[in-house]
Amino acid sequence: MTRKQIFINSAFTENAVWKQILGICSSLAVTNLMLNSLIMGMGVTFALALSCLTVSLIREYTPRSVRMIAQTLIMAAYVIMVDILLKAFLPQVSKQLGPYVGLIITNCILMGRLEAFASKNPPLDSVIDGIGAGFGYTLVLLLISFVRELFGFGTLFGFRILGSWWTNWSIMVMAPSAFFLLALLIWIVNNKYYKVV
Amino acid sequence: MEISAFLLFWAAIFTSNILLTNFLGMCSYLSVSKEVESSLGLGIAVSFVLVFTTALNWLAYHYLLVPFHIEYLQYIVFIIVIAAFVQLLELLIERFTPALYYSLGIFLPLITVNCAIFGVSLFMVIRNYNFLQSIAYGFGSGLGWLLAILMLAGLRGKLREKMVPAGLRGTGISLIITGIMALAFVGFSGIAPIQ
Repeated sequence: MTRKQIFINSAFTENAVWKQILGICSSLAVTNLMLNSLIMGMGVTFALALSCLTVSLIREYTPRSVRMIAQTLIMAAYVIMVDILLKAFLPQVSKQLGPYVGLIITNCILMGRLEAFASKNPPLDSVIDGIGAGFGYTLVLLLISFVRELFGFGTLFGFRILGSWWTNWSIMVMAPSAFFLLALLIWIVNNKYYKVV
Repeated sequence: MEISAFLLFWAAIFTSNILLTNFLGMCSYLSVSKEVESSLGLGIAVSFVLVFTTALNWLAYHYLLVPFHIEYLQYIVFIIVIAAFVQLLELLIERFTPALYYSLGIFLPLITVNCAIFGVSLFMVIRNYNFLQSIAYGFGSGLGWLLAILMLAGLRGKLREKMVPAGLRGTGISLIITGIMALAFVGFSGIAPIQ
């Protein structure tokens, strides 16, 4: 596969959320505001790309029996970096994301990509695969949060879009709408992209 | 405000269910919920592990991380505690009760990667729970998760022969069911505070 194909494959064809059903927890929890989704997506992409690079670099020297714990510790190290950076530069967002930043460690997308790709492929390809998977994840987050923030608050990225005549749908801010919207997204993708009938 | 541990226990099951309001533990929730029996097994294992890992992590956080001012290492410490506890539990169950091992054993490795376990430990730190509150919250969350996965498994069993649009089959319809369940649980919100 060329590098472009690797990217397209991990971002769209094998998209972590809608195809592999991984990383659902955070894609539901942080999507009530677009800004939070974007920051979360960037955090995951950052941690994922760098963990892919590290795991790929040491893949020849990691015994198979300890590779899981090695991968987990590598991920944890990068997630701690993301957490400290967020606390320092975006304290407000960090507070809203709460435990979900730390939960990137148990986000199955990371473990999935490390195990399926980075532990078998050269560093540069692994980084591209990681960035692709992170991009696909961010895309899903932004799509869901676009609907939730627009209807729930009448704003996008905090800017008012719908005028004062708009009545906020409080259901969009609450948990159930996240489940419905993700189901809807999976339905649309299955029908239009994978042509399931 | 100090909430009594008893109240927190019920609140963790109903008013802020770990899965239906905090979305934690979704991966194994969606993949294991095909049968009631295995859902029950996994749910019990999760509840059991949650009580102990929450207690251990509380002790680790307040007696190890805080005195040495290394709170930023909490993620690594929590993960190691959870993984080590699950591993130890697996050994003990295999050694002393082989029957239980065969019915519960296959679920144990799944638990290490269940984000509900890790998430409860993080919530415990963020919300400043004391030791008793943490255990109550951990146990309540485990039972809440068990309740949610059992309900989904029961409903999925009923749906098996029904006509579901092709694109929605599997995950899609499970998410819609979960959404409706979450909608029902919204009715409990506000009855008891969690923080």
